[in-house]
Amino acid sequence: MDNTKFFIYLIAMAGVTYLVRMVPLVLVNKPIKNKFILSFLYYVPYTVLSVMTIPACFYATNSYISAVVGFLVAVVAALFKRSLVQVAVFSCVAVFVTEVFLNYV
Amino acid sequence: MNEINSFKKGIKAGLPICVGYFPVSFAFGIFSVENGLSVLQAVLISLTNLTSAGQLAAVPIMVGGGTVVELILAQLVINSRYSLMSVSLSQKLGKSVKLLDRFLIAFGNTDEIFAVASSNKEYVGRKYMYGLILTPVTGWVSGTLAGAVAGNILPDIVTSALGLAIYGMFVAIVVPVIKEEKWTALCVALSVVLSCIFYYAPVLKEIPTGFTVIICSVLASALFALVKPITIEEIKKEVTDNG
Repeated sequence: MDNTKFFIYLIAMAGVTYLVRMVPLVLVNKPIKNKFILSFLYYVPYTVLSVMTIPACFYATNSYISAVVGFLVAVVAALFKRSLVQVAVFSCVAVFVTEVFLNYV
Repeated sequence: MNEINSFKKGIKAGLPICVGYFPVSFAFGIFSVENGLSVLQAVLISLTNLTSAGQLAAVPIMVGGGTVVELILAQLVINSRYSLMSVSLSQKLGKSVKLLDRFLIAFGNTDEIFAVASSNKEYVGRKYMYGLILTPVTGWVSGTLAGAVAGNILPDIVTSALGLAIYGMFVAIVVPVIKEEKWTALCVALSVVLSCIFYYAPVLKEIPTGFTVIICSVLASALFALVKPITIEEIKKEVTDNG
Protein backbone atom coordinates (compact mmCIF):
# COMPACT_ATOMS: atom_id res chain seq x y z
CA MET A 1 0.00 0.00 0.00
CA ASP A 2 1.17 3.52 -0.84
CA ASN A 3 3.07 5.00 2.12
CA THR A 4 1.68 8.56 2.00
CA LYS A 5 -1.88 7.34 2.11
CA PHE A 6 -0.96 4.77 4.73
CA PHE A 7 0.47 7.37 7.10
CA ILE A 8 -2.67 9.53 6.90
CA TYR A 9 -4.73 6.48 7.90
CA LEU A 10 -2.22 5.53 10.59
CA ILE A 11 -2.20 8.97 12.21
CA ALA A 12 -6.01 9.21 12.17
CA MET A 13 -6.41 5.75 13.65
CA ALA A 14 -3.69 5.97 16.28
CA GLY A 15 -4.86 9.49 17.20
CA VAL A 16 -8.45 8.44 17.91
CA THR A 17 -7.44 5.32 19.80
CA TYR A 18 -5.02 7.33 21.95
CA LEU A 19 -7.48 10.17 22.67
CA VAL A 20 -10.18 7.73 23.76
CA ARG A 21 -7.76 6.37 26.36
CA MET A 22 -5.94 9.55 27.29
CA VAL A 23 -8.69 12.13 27.83
CA PRO A 24 -10.44 10.37 30.75
CA LEU A 25 -7.16 9.29 32.34
CA VAL A 26 -5.79 12.84 32.35
CA LEU A 27 -9.03 14.67 33.21
CA VAL A 28 -10.09 12.42 36.08
CA ASN A 29 -7.07 13.02 38.26
CA LYS A 30 -8.66 13.42 41.70
CA PRO A 31 -10.00 10.68 43.92
CA ILE A 32 -13.75 10.37 43.31
CA LYS A 33 -15.80 10.77 46.54
CA ASN A 34 -19.29 10.11 45.20
CA LYS A 35 -20.47 6.77 46.63
CA PHE A 36 -22.46 5.81 43.54
CA ILE A 37 -19.60 6.47 41.12
CA LEU A 38 -17.12 4.71 43.41
CA SER A 39 -19.31 1.63 43.59
CA PHE A 40 -19.92 1.78 39.87
CA LEU A 41 -16.19 1.89 39.20
CA TYR A 42 -15.66 -0.95 41.66
CA TYR A 43 -17.96 -3.21 39.62
CA VAL A 44 -16.77 -2.06 36.17
CA PRO A 45 -13.59 -4.16 35.74
CA TYR A 46 -15.43 -7.38 36.55
CA THR A 47 -18.41 -6.66 34.31
CA VAL A 48 -16.28 -5.42 31.40
CA LEU A 49 -14.07 -8.52 31.47
CA SER A 50 -17.04 -10.86 31.84
CA VAL A 51 -18.95 -9.23 28.99
CA MET A 52 -15.90 -9.48 26.74
CA THR A 53 -15.41 -13.16 27.69
CA ILE A 54 -18.95 -14.52 27.45
CA PRO A 55 -20.06 -15.56 24.91
CA ALA A 56 -17.13 -14.44 22.68
CA CYS A 57 -14.66 -16.98 24.13
CA PHE A 58 -16.80 -19.88 22.92
CA TYR A 59 -15.98 -18.83 19.36
CA ALA A 60 -12.27 -18.16 19.90
CA THR A 61 -11.05 -21.64 18.88
CA ASN A 62 -11.64 -24.00 15.96
CA SER A 63 -14.53 -25.79 17.62
CA TYR A 64 -16.89 -24.53 20.23
CA ILE A 65 -16.64 -27.83 22.12
CA SER A 66 -12.92 -27.27 22.72
CA ALA A 67 -13.63 -23.67 23.72
CA VAL A 68 -16.23 -24.75 26.29
CA VAL A 69 -13.80 -27.34 27.72
CA GLY A 70 -11.02 -24.75 27.84
CA PHE A 71 -13.31 -22.23 29.54
CA LEU A 72 -14.47 -24.75 32.18
CA VAL A 73 -10.86 -25.76 32.89
CA ALA A 74 -10.02 -22.08 33.35
CA VAL A 75 -12.91 -21.61 35.78
CA VAL A 76 -11.86 -24.63 37.87
CA ALA A 77 -8.21 -23.53 37.88
CA ALA A 78 -9.28 -20.02 38.91
CA LEU A 79 -11.46 -21.41 41.72
CA PHE A 80 -8.30 -23.06 43.04
CA LYS A 81 -6.66 -19.60 42.85
CA ARG A 82 -3.99 -20.52 40.30
CA SER A 83 -1.99 -17.61 38.85
CA LEU A 84 -2.96 -15.84 35.62
CA VAL A 85 -0.27 -17.68 33.63
CA GLN A 86 -1.24 -21.06 35.02
CA VAL A 87 -4.94 -20.55 34.30
CA ALA A 88 -4.17 -19.36 30.75
CA VAL A 89 -1.81 -22.28 30.09
CA PHE A 90 -4.23 -24.88 31.53
CA SER A 91 -7.07 -23.59 29.36
CA CYS A 92 -4.91 -23.61 26.20
CA VAL A 93 -3.71 -27.14 26.90
CA ALA A 94 -7.31 -28.21 27.49
CA VAL A 95 -8.31 -26.78 24.10
CA PHE A 96 -5.36 -28.48 22.40
CA VAL A 97 -6.08 -31.88 23.95
CA THR A 98 -9.79 -31.62 23.16
CA GLU A 99 -9.10 -30.73 19.53
CA VAL A 100 -6.58 -33.54 19.13
CA PHE A 101 -9.21 -35.86 20.56
CA LEU A 102 -11.96 -34.48 18.28
CA ASN A 103 -9.80 -34.62 15.15
CA TYR A 104 -7.85 -37.82 15.51
CA VAL A 105 -9.68 -40.14 17.88
CA MET B 1 -3.92 1.22 50.78
CA ASN B 2 -0.31 0.85 49.76
CA GLU B 3 1.14 1.41 46.33
CA ILE B 4 3.12 -1.11 44.31
CA ASN B 5 5.75 0.67 42.31
CA SER B 6 8.32 -1.86 41.17
CA PHE B 7 9.31 -1.99 37.50
CA LYS B 8 10.30 -5.63 37.90
CA LYS B 9 6.92 -6.57 39.34
CA GLY B 10 5.26 -4.78 36.45
CA ILE B 11 7.35 -6.67 33.89
CA LYS B 12 6.51 -9.94 35.61
CA ALA B 13 2.79 -9.15 35.77
CA GLY B 14 2.87 -8.27 32.07
CA LEU B 15 4.39 -11.59 31.07
CA PRO B 16 1.15 -13.60 30.77
CA ILE B 17 -0.31 -10.77 28.69
CA CYS B 18 2.74 -10.86 26.44
CA VAL B 19 2.28 -14.61 25.94
CA GLY B 20 -1.42 -14.16 25.27
CA TYR B 21 -0.83 -11.31 22.84
CA PHE B 22 1.68 -13.15 20.68
CA PRO B 23 -0.75 -15.45 18.82
CA VAL B 24 -3.37 -12.72 18.45
CA SER B 25 -0.91 -10.27 16.94
CA PHE B 26 0.62 -13.11 14.93
CA ALA B 27 -2.79 -13.57 13.33
CA PHE B 28 -3.00 -9.83 12.75
CA GLY B 29 0.39 -9.90 10.99
CA ILE B 30 -0.74 -12.66 8.64
CA PHE B 31 -4.04 -10.87 8.01
CA SER B 32 -2.35 -7.54 7.19
CA VAL B 33 0.12 -8.99 4.70
CA GLU B 34 -2.58 -11.09 3.06
CA ASN B 35 -4.57 -7.88 2.62
CA GLY B 36 -1.70 -6.11 0.91
CA LEU B 37 0.05 -4.15 3.65
CA SER B 38 3.83 -4.32 3.94
CA VAL B 39 5.53 -5.94 6.93
CA LEU B 40 6.64 -2.53 8.19
CA GLN B 41 3.14 -1.10 7.85
CA ALA B 42 1.64 -3.98 9.85
CA VAL B 43 4.25 -3.52 12.59
CA LEU B 44 3.66 0.26 12.70
CA ILE B 45 -0.08 -0.22 13.14
CA SER B 46 0.50 -2.57 16.08
CA LEU B 47 3.12 -0.31 17.65
CA THR B 48 0.93 2.79 17.54
CA ASN B 49 -2.50 1.34 18.31
CA LEU B 50 -2.37 -1.64 20.67
CA THR B 51 -5.94 -2.67 20.02
CA SER B 52 -6.78 -6.03 18.48
CA ALA B 53 -10.37 -5.49 17.34
CA GLY B 54 -9.69 -1.93 16.22
CA GLN B 55 -6.71 -2.96 14.13
CA LEU B 56 -8.52 -5.88 12.52
CA ALA B 57 -11.35 -3.55 11.54
CA ALA B 58 -8.97 -0.91 10.21
CA VAL B 59 -7.08 -3.02 7.66
CA PRO B 60 -10.01 -3.66 5.30
CA ILE B 61 -10.96 0.04 5.46
CA MET B 62 -7.39 1.04 4.60
CA VAL B 63 -6.81 -1.36 1.75
CA GLY B 64 -10.36 -0.91 0.49
CA GLY B 65 -9.68 2.80 0.07
CA GLY B 66 -12.20 3.84 2.74
CA THR B 67 -12.38 7.43 3.93
CA VAL B 68 -10.49 8.71 6.96
CA VAL B 69 -13.83 9.63 8.56
CA GLU B 70 -14.98 6.03 8.19
CA LEU B 71 -11.77 4.82 9.79
CA ILE B 72 -12.11 7.27 12.68
CA LEU B 73 -15.75 6.31 13.31
CA ALA B 74 -14.91 2.61 13.31
CA GLN B 75 -12.15 3.18 15.85
CA LEU B 76 -14.43 5.32 18.03
CA VAL B 77 -17.12 2.66 18.12
CA ILE B 78 -14.79 -0.26 18.72
CA ASN B 79 -12.46 1.48 21.15
CA SER B 80 -14.83 3.66 23.17
CA ARG B 81 -14.78 1.06 25.95
CA TYR B 82 -11.26 2.24 26.77
CA SER B 83 -12.73 5.52 28.06
CA LEU B 84 -14.59 3.60 30.70
CA MET B 85 -11.45 1.67 31.57
CA SER B 86 -9.42 4.88 31.77
CA VAL B 87 -11.90 6.42 34.23
CA SER B 88 -11.68 3.26 36.31
CA LEU B 89 -7.88 3.12 36.07
CA SER B 90 -7.64 6.80 37.08
CA GLN B 91 -8.84 5.78 40.55
CA LYS B 92 -6.28 3.01 40.78
CA LEU B 93 -3.16 5.07 40.07
CA GLY B 94 -0.96 5.84 43.08
CA LYS B 95 0.73 9.08 44.15
CA SER B 96 3.89 8.40 42.14
CA VAL B 97 1.91 8.85 38.90
CA LYS B 98 2.33 12.44 37.69
CA LEU B 99 0.57 14.23 34.83
CA LEU B 100 3.20 13.27 32.24
CA ASP B 101 2.96 9.64 33.38
CA ARG B 102 -0.78 9.74 32.78
CA PHE B 103 -0.19 10.79 29.18
CA LEU B 104 2.18 7.85 28.70
CA ILE B 105 0.21 5.23 30.66
CA ALA B 106 -2.92 6.10 28.65
CA PHE B 107 -1.19 4.79 25.54
CA GLY B 108 -0.90 1.33 27.11
CA ASN B 109 -4.36 1.04 28.67
CA THR B 110 -5.46 -2.08 26.78
CA ASP B 111 -8.17 -4.51 27.95
CA GLU B 112 -5.60 -6.88 29.42
CA ILE B 113 -3.25 -4.32 30.96
CA PHE B 114 -6.26 -2.62 32.52
CA ALA B 115 -7.47 -6.00 33.78
CA VAL B 116 -4.17 -6.87 35.45
CA ALA B 117 -3.70 -3.35 36.89
CA SER B 118 -7.23 -3.51 38.36
CA SER B 119 -6.67 -6.95 39.86
CA ASN B 120 -4.11 -5.54 42.32
CA LYS B 121 -5.37 -4.84 45.81
CA GLU B 122 -2.92 -1.93 46.12
CA TYR B 123 -2.66 1.32 44.17
CA VAL B 124 -0.41 0.98 41.12
CA GLY B 125 2.63 3.24 40.74
CA ARG B 126 4.35 4.65 37.67
CA LYS B 127 7.25 2.18 37.48
CA TYR B 128 4.91 -0.77 37.91
CA MET B 129 2.68 0.53 35.12
CA TYR B 130 5.62 1.09 32.75
CA GLY B 131 6.76 -2.50 33.33
CA LEU B 132 3.22 -3.79 32.94
CA ILE B 133 2.94 -1.99 29.59
CA LEU B 134 6.41 -2.78 28.24
CA THR B 135 6.19 -6.59 28.21
CA PRO B 136 2.81 -6.82 26.44
CA VAL B 137 3.82 -4.17 23.87
CA THR B 138 6.90 -6.24 23.09
CA GLY B 139 4.74 -9.33 22.60
CA TRP B 140 2.18 -7.44 20.52
CA VAL B 141 4.74 -5.91 18.15
CA SER B 142 7.00 -8.96 17.81
CA GLY B 143 3.96 -11.19 17.26
CA THR B 144 2.82 -8.92 14.44
CA LEU B 145 6.30 -8.97 12.91
CA ALA B 146 6.55 -12.76 13.15
CA GLY B 147 3.10 -13.24 11.64
CA ALA B 148 3.75 -10.78 8.83
CA VAL B 149 7.13 -12.34 7.97
CA ALA B 150 6.67 -16.02 8.67
CA GLY B 151 2.97 -16.44 7.93
CA ASN B 152 1.59 -19.83 8.76
CA ILE B 153 4.49 -21.49 10.59
CA LEU B 154 2.35 -22.39 13.59
CA PRO B 155 0.08 -25.37 12.97
CA ASP B 156 -3.59 -24.39 12.94
CA ILE B 157 -4.36 -26.47 16.04
CA VAL B 158 -1.76 -24.55 18.08
CA THR B 159 -3.10 -21.13 17.01
CA SER B 160 -6.57 -22.34 17.88
CA ALA B 161 -5.54 -23.38 21.39
CA LEU B 162 -3.70 -20.10 21.97
CA GLY B 163 -6.87 -18.25 21.01
CA LEU B 164 -8.25 -18.98 24.47
CA ALA B 165 -5.23 -17.63 26.39
CA ILE B 166 -6.55 -14.09 26.83
CA TYR B 167 -9.95 -15.31 27.98
CA GLY B 168 -8.29 -17.71 30.42
CA MET B 169 -6.60 -14.68 31.97
CA PHE B 170 -9.87 -12.82 32.28
CA VAL B 171 -11.41 -15.84 33.99
CA ALA B 172 -8.45 -15.98 36.38
CA ILE B 173 -9.11 -12.37 37.39
CA VAL B 174 -12.89 -12.49 37.76
CA VAL B 175 -13.61 -15.94 39.22
CA PRO B 176 -11.68 -15.72 42.53
CA VAL B 177 -13.41 -12.41 43.32
CA ILE B 178 -16.95 -13.54 42.55
CA LYS B 179 -16.34 -16.68 44.57
CA GLU B 180 -15.82 -14.51 47.68
CA GLU B 181 -18.25 -11.65 47.02
CA LYS B 182 -21.90 -12.42 46.48
CA TRP B 183 -22.88 -8.99 45.15
CA THR B 184 -20.06 -8.83 42.62
CA ALA B 185 -21.06 -12.32 41.50
CA LEU B 186 -24.68 -11.23 40.96
CA CYS B 187 -23.53 -8.12 39.13
CA VAL B 188 -21.27 -10.19 36.85
CA ALA B 189 -24.10 -12.68 36.27
CA LEU B 190 -26.39 -9.87 35.13
CA SER B 191 -23.74 -8.44 32.81
CA VAL B 192 -23.19 -11.87 31.25
CA VAL B 193 -26.93 -12.38 30.68
CA LEU B 194 -27.09 -8.96 28.99
CA SER B 195 -24.01 -9.79 26.94
CA CYS B 196 -25.61 -13.00 25.66
CA ILE B 197 -28.84 -11.18 24.82
CA PHE B 198 -26.91 -8.59 22.83
CA TYR B 199 -24.93 -11.34 21.11
CA TYR B 200 -27.81 -13.54 20.00
CA ALA B 201 -31.05 -11.53 19.96
CA PRO B 202 -32.25 -10.27 16.59
CA VAL B 203 -31.71 -6.52 15.99
CA LEU B 204 -29.58 -6.21 19.15
CA LYS B 205 -26.89 -8.43 17.64
CA GLU B 206 -26.43 -5.86 14.87
CA ILE B 207 -25.01 -3.40 17.42
CA PRO B 208 -21.20 -3.27 17.09
CA THR B 209 -19.33 -5.20 19.82
CA GLY B 210 -17.60 -2.02 20.96
CA PHE B 211 -20.93 -0.53 22.01
CA THR B 212 -22.28 -3.80 23.40
CA VAL B 213 -19.39 -4.07 25.86
CA ILE B 214 -20.14 -0.58 27.17
CA ILE B 215 -23.92 -0.95 27.30
CA CYS B 216 -23.86 -4.28 29.17
CA SER B 217 -21.14 -3.41 31.66
CA VAL B 218 -22.51 0.07 32.39
CA LEU B 219 -26.08 -1.20 32.91
CA ALA B 220 -25.06 -3.99 35.28
CA SER B 221 -22.48 -1.93 37.19
CA ALA B 222 -24.80 1.08 37.58
CA LEU B 223 -27.71 -1.04 38.78
CA PHE B 224 -25.58 -2.75 41.41
CA ALA B 225 -23.97 0.53 42.43
CA LEU B 226 -27.52 1.67 43.28
CA VAL B 227 -28.66 -1.59 44.89
CA LYS B 228 -25.44 -2.41 46.73
CA PRO B 229 -23.09 0.59 46.96
CA ILE B 230 -19.60 -0.25 48.09
CA THR B 231 -17.37 2.22 49.91
CA ILE B 232 -13.59 2.38 49.90
CA GLU B 233 -13.70 1.45 53.61
CA GLU B 234 -15.66 -1.69 52.84
CA ILE B 235 -13.28 -2.65 50.05
CA LYS B 236 -10.33 -2.11 52.39
CA LYS B 237 -12.02 -4.20 55.06
CA GLU B 238 -12.61 -7.05 52.63
CA VAL B 239 -8.98 -6.92 51.62
CA THR B 240 -7.89 -7.22 55.26
CA ASP B 241 -10.44 -9.94 55.98
CA ASN B 242 -9.47 -12.01 53.00
CA GLY B 243 -5.81 -11.90 53.48
